[in-house]
Amino acid sequence: MTALFLSRLQFAFTVSFHIIFPSFTIGLAMWLVVLEALSMFTGRPVYRRLFDFWLKIFGVTFGLGVVSGIVMAFEFGTNWSRLSAATGPVQGPLLTYESFTAFALEASFFGVLVFGRKRVRPPAYLASTLMVALGTTFSAFWIMVNNSWMQAPVGVKEVAGLYVPIDWAAIIFSPVVWVRFPHMLLASYLTGAFCVAATGAWYRLRGRHAAEGAAMLRMGLYLAAILMPVQLLFGHLTGDFVHDRQPAKFAAIEGRWHDEQPAAEVVLALPDEADETNHFSLEVPVLGSLVATMRWDSKEVGLTDFPQEDRPPMLIPFFSFRIMVGCGLLMLLLAWSGSWLAWQDRLERYRKLLWGIFLSFPLPFVAILTGWFVAEVGRQPWTVYGLLRTAEAVTPGLTVPQTLASLALFGTIYVAIFCFGVLFIYRLLRGGPAAAEIAPHAGPNRPLALAGSIPANWRTDK
Amino acid sequence: MTLFWVAALALSILLYVLLDGFDLGVGMLFGLTRDEALRSRMLASISPVWDGNQTWLVVAGTVLFGAFPSVYALLLSAFYLPVMAMLAVLIFRGVAFEFRHKAGRSRPLWEIGFAAGSLVAAFIQGTMVGALAHGLPMQNGAYSGGPFGWCSGFALLCGAGLCVGYTLLGAGWLVVKAEGEVKRRAERLVPWLACGVLIFLALAFGQALAEDLKIMRRWLERPYLFAFPAVGLAAALRLFGARRRHDATPLFMTAVIFAAAFATLALSFWPYMVPFDVTIEQAAAPRESLSFMFWGAGLFVLPLVLIYNLIAYRVFGGKLSNDIHYH
Repeated sequence: MTALFLSRLQFAFTVSFHIIFPSFTIGLAMWLVVLEALSMFTGRPVYRRLFDFWLKIFGVTFGLGVVSGIVMAFEFGTNWSRLSAATGPVQGPLLTYESFTAFALEASFFGVLVFGRKRVRPPAYLASTLMVALGTTFSAFWIMVNNSWMQAPVGVKEVAGLYVPIDWAAIIFSPVVWVRFPHMLLASYLTGAFCVAATGAWYRLRGRHAAEGAAMLRMGLYLAAILMPVQLLFGHLTGDFVHDRQPAKFAAIEGRWHDEQPAAEVVLALPDEADETNHFSLEVPVLGSLVATMRWDSKEVGLTDFPQEDRPPMLIPFFSFRIMVGCGLLMLLLAWSGSWLAWQDRLERYRKLLWGIFLSFPLPFVAILTGWFVAEVGRQPWTVYGLLRTAEAVTPGLTVPQTLASLALFGTIYVAIFCFGVLFIYRLLRGGPAAAEIAPHAGPNRPLALAGSIPANWRTDK
Repeated sequence: MTLFWVAALALSILLYVLLDGFDLGVGMLFGLTRDEALRSRMLASISPVWDGNQTWLVVAGTVLFGAFPSVYALLLSAFYLPVMAMLAVLIFRGVAFEFRHKAGRSRPLWEIGFAAGSLVAAFIQGTMVGALAHGLPMQNGAYSGGPFGWCSGFALLCGAGLCVGYTLLGAGWLVVKAEGEVKRRAERLVPWLACGVLIFLALAFGQALAEDLKIMRRWLERPYLFAFPAVGLAAALRLFGARRRHDATPLFMTAVIFAAAFATLALSFWPYMVPFDVTIEQAAAPRESLSFMFWGAGLFVLPLVLIYNLIAYRVFGGKLSNDIHYH
């Protein structure tokens, strides 16, 4: 056990914990925009009830996201001081923009959503909802610009060990950003769609909140049915960038140890890093080349082409990628079959499918987490690909007891917060839309207080 | 450009200290009473603003990262344990604030968490400032002190001093916001706390002289530095006045003391950012980074955030009305 390993573990733990909440709120914010617009243009009260209901859930997840995000803003300096000193001129401004836009748009317009229903006119209220959604989107954008720069650094020159930005346009408009940012955004929208559809399915199964449940189910499923194929396309485009810019990561994802022409696609296997081979391998000939280049006969490189010190570990990217894709395909199946039946008004009769949709809510979260594992573990041994190794990025002089102490501290606190947060969201969801009421004391800066507005009678939901 | 970001950083740190200072102070005062009625009035006084106050810490942190990455890297890694503990405590304190009223049997846990969290966060912040003034162990521009290299008697003294200082701010805030018993108690505490602050400042001054800290020589080189402690002292003396014309006087005077102390430190550090090792010029990010931040974040977003904060304080201004209880 080294301080380097513990620092990586700590960053992985804190960032994985964090990403759960924003990936949900980004999608949820857009869903709120849709609901508010529908409520305004159709005048149907069901949309208003749904809006008020989901706004509260948005509040809790938003609060947890903010709280867990604060740690990230400091961890670059505490554990990765060499990284932040060397690449601070690039990463610092990007993260400054992230927190500034987040604060200016999300926090302030969220205040309007909570307080402003009676004080501003409906179009202004809709515009505020849109601003919150744009705020979460911009936040995600800056984070993706920053991470994409770490994956494929551009627009900098090295001056005495510092990476000085010389072309911000190249950094922000890098093609890698514009493939990975939509991929993440779509993942967030799908997360929102599946959580909404799952809640609707839950209500239908319990025979409660009929109108709201049916609306949630339909809207969630239709959206997912449309977005899921687009997401698969952007996933493929992201894979193309990995193939061209990070061949070692690509080989690890594909489970390919040696050069092949034409290359087979390893569907499933147990990679053995010691013997540099796969056990129990299930392969489809030629498909590997086709996936990589859209050609029948392309030569694809294996991991053993790279010197040992430049190789990422294979196990985590290999399995994470397959779990991610598996979740995606399962979601596609659920979304299409559910939408088809909902379109024909037959979904209510297929209780097994309703159960499947209800239980599908963890899928988008699992897909997002495993997707990030592929991206981040696959980038190893580099922190900034090709420029700065992870072992050289860590704070010099960091000791094991120090990092162990902080890891234990955050582990304990996060577990406690997570349990309470999930409990609150569960209570809110159980209470249902009819019981939704916005608490007067919840403020723009206190999204968590929204959870306090659970009515006393939530146990007796009608 | 560098100067703009130094000013922005100084402003966000000062705002954080003043605003979250009274929050943390109220948190510590909360721990001093067991009376439920008083406690809920105290929480009500900070509930609309405390979270917003804390965001200045994030603003200061990201500005430091963006504009002065080498100092960000140096300080955060040098203060590894205190920073981690402070973040954990601030998170726990925030969650305790929200969960307290929802909890049943676990309520005492959240209450202790809230009070103790405030105390520990204040102590850590004071210790870090003290360590910076004392001077960090450095070799060739890099921190060389290990996990506890920042720890010194002087730093710990500053930590304890800041706890008293924040409590004074908190008491001042309660005098402004509260009425009745809460206000009377706070008013009674103000002179004692002011006394405590002065004693701690005198002790710190004596200790600095005894250890012959480098920073003290600055005072001989720059006699104008004495102006700030003089202003602070004058403000402190106003706190002892038996009759006050205005409820805002204690809070305002305490804020003046803090601003004076802040200015004293900042000007005795100048032009160093990490005293006597890293200057502001050395620490500043390349011009390309600073101007990229300036044309968006600096010129538009920062003023927006300030205005937004002002509006929030106006909306929640005035005395707490007696009929509105927190939750």
